Amino acid sequence: MSDAIDLLLNTSLWEAVLRIATPLIFGVLGALLCERAGVLNLGIEGIMTMGAMSGWLTVFLGAPLWVGLLVAALCGALIGLLHALLTVPLGLSQHVSGLGITLFASALAAYLYRLIVEVGDLPPTIEPFRPLPVPILSDIPILGPVLFSQALPTYLALLAVALLAYGLARTPLGLAVRMTGEHPQAVEAQGLNPNAIRVGAVVAGSALMAIGGSFLTMVAFDSFFPGMVQGRGWICIALVVFASWRPGKALIGALLFAFFDAYQLRLQTVVEAVPYQLFLMAPYLLSILALILVARRAEVPAALMTPYRRGER
Amino acid sequence: MRLERRTHTPLSLVVLAPVAAIGAALILAAGLVAAAGVNPLAAYAEMLRGALGSRLAITEMLTRATPLILTGLAAAIAFRARLWNIGAEGQFYMGALATAALGHSLGLPGWLGVPLLMLTGMVAGALLLAGPAYLRLRFEVDEVVTTLLLNFVAILFVGLMIEGPLRDPLAFGWPTSVPVDAAYRLSDLVPRTRLHIGLLFAVAAAAIVWLILDRTVFGAETRAAGLNARAAAFAGVSLPRTIMGVALLSGALAGLAGAVEVMGVTAGVTTTMSPGFGYAGIVAAMLAALNPAGVVVSAVFIATIFVGADAMGRATGVPSFIADVIVSLCLLTMLVALLFTSYRVRR
Repeated sequence: MSDAIDLLLNTSLWEAVLRIATPLIFGVLGALLCERAGVLNLGIEGIMTMGAMSGWLTVFLGAPLWVGLLVAALCGALIGLLHALLTVPLGLSQHVSGLGITLFASALAAYLYRLIVEVGDLPPTIEPFRPLPVPILSDIPILGPVLFSQALPTYLALLAVALLAYGLARTPLGLAVRMTGEHPQAVEAQGLNPNAIRVGAVVAGSALMAIGGSFLTMVAFDSFFPGMVQGRGWICIALVVFASWRPGKALIGALLFAFFDAYQLRLQTVVEAVPYQLFLMAPYLLSILALILVARRAEVPAALMTPYRRGER
Repeated sequence: MRLERRTHTPLSLVVLAPVAAIGAALILAAGLVAAAGVNPLAAYAEMLRGALGSRLAITEMLTRATPLILTGLAAAIAFRARLWNIGAEGQFYMGALATAALGHSLGLPGWLGVPLLMLTGMVAGALLLAGPAYLRLRFEVDEVVTTLLLNFVAILFVGLMIEGPLRDPLAFGWPTSVPVDAAYRLSDLVPRTRLHIGLLFAVAAAAIVWLILDRTVFGAETRAAGLNARAAAFAGVSLPRTIMGVALLSGALAGLAGAVEVMGVTAGVTTTMSPGFGYAGIVAAMLAALNPAGVVVSAVFIATIFVGADAMGRATGVPSFIADVIVSLCLLTMLVALLFTSYRVRR
């Protein structure tokens, strides 16, 4: 028991929290942006897989890491565009389309990877992002290693939270996005095109999701394998509800979640009597629990999952 | 140009939609096959030969289609009521695990044990979906996310069991569950192949589901709940009861798929025994436009793609992941095709 508490006092746990949270932060922000404009994007799991594969592959083929990030974002945006075209102008079922996008993007990522990369006994690796200590700040005891010795994408994730929170709450574009998710007819009345705003939001949100996926192969790990996203996308969808569609709360949700995940990983090594599968189940069960806790008072965007056709009510 | 809702859908369009969807998916995937440096037509021919070219190939394909028919039915019945059960994969595993656990040491004769074990698998699958259905009805929790998350939990639970209490001591450390007793193995449909009488059970299940959906009050209520939940409730349909009924039936079908696969093919349970039967079942249901008889046909089609792609991969070197690409593309193209069965384009 005292071992379990000792783990909490160890800075390596707290360093891991922000690292584990990073792909979730990107994913949650991406899903949140789509949903705020009124589109549920269940393609997230596949888009993250595609981001993980395409970013990694770009670097594997010789490009610098930052190009890998850009390519991942671009691939995510393209797949997001497909989901947007199916669900916004065509108004198809967002559930089924999203699921189809996930199946398609996951399959495509696995196919392209197998096509281009020779896989031997061990999967090939790349040189991933290294921690980038912020000068001076990283020397602060405890806080330094926990907050200021992360890899570049982690800082970008925190920046993205701030930008999205500000953008949604305080800019005209953010207002238009939020209004599209609540009342697209009102957007039309303002002379804006709600469907164009939705397509834009889904494309941008999907790019964020893909960057989150690329973190897995370009920071957390140095190789790709199919199925490596392991339900993180679905967890992000749950976290959006938990966060009441607010970027700030999404950050807190992702951090809380990452804390439990980091803790259970370490707990596995000290609590030997409990089978490791029970620990691995915890994140999924925790997500369901989070959904139950907030479901009743969730402030769902009013037009979420309602396609908008001009003149139809 | 705008879309206008059709007042009725001609039968020709209903048949044409999946054909067009499959054609479009194959054309789109042809680009990826060509990227592998293989002539797509030659590759597809190889695929057909691999799945339908010999008696053995056909039986392999039908063996693969058997659980797919059942998971396809599970998705079809749920989606009709707009219950988004994406958890057939997990329900399949729970059905398989329960069947192996009970079937290992059940001291009953085969004629009694086999139906009992199928029922066990059905109960296990139904229970796993009852949770998300209850959460939706009681707390308005979206069942898409809960059923998806439970897939991961179910597979981890299988892992826990086959490394723990249900571990097969005779498997030389290979993680697999104890096998079902030989008395409960389903007999071969074609001698000296893997094809078993589970195929007949699956086809019978399709007929029963069709009867339930088309000829009973419950079936009518299911459709009403899916078409317009508020109107259905106004007409006196109890939505909670209908949704829970649909959930139990859908979960039971997916659980049955696991039970039949264990008794017919694998005997023991492993964490990799399903190559995505649950997810492919959703595609089977959509390609059939949620029609139970159509599910049988679309499951056979999907099984053809999967078995054929394996053979094609061996012959041409095209990664067999192409099967997943084609099947997932079918889901997307079918979704678009279905739009044109209910809408027409007007200038």
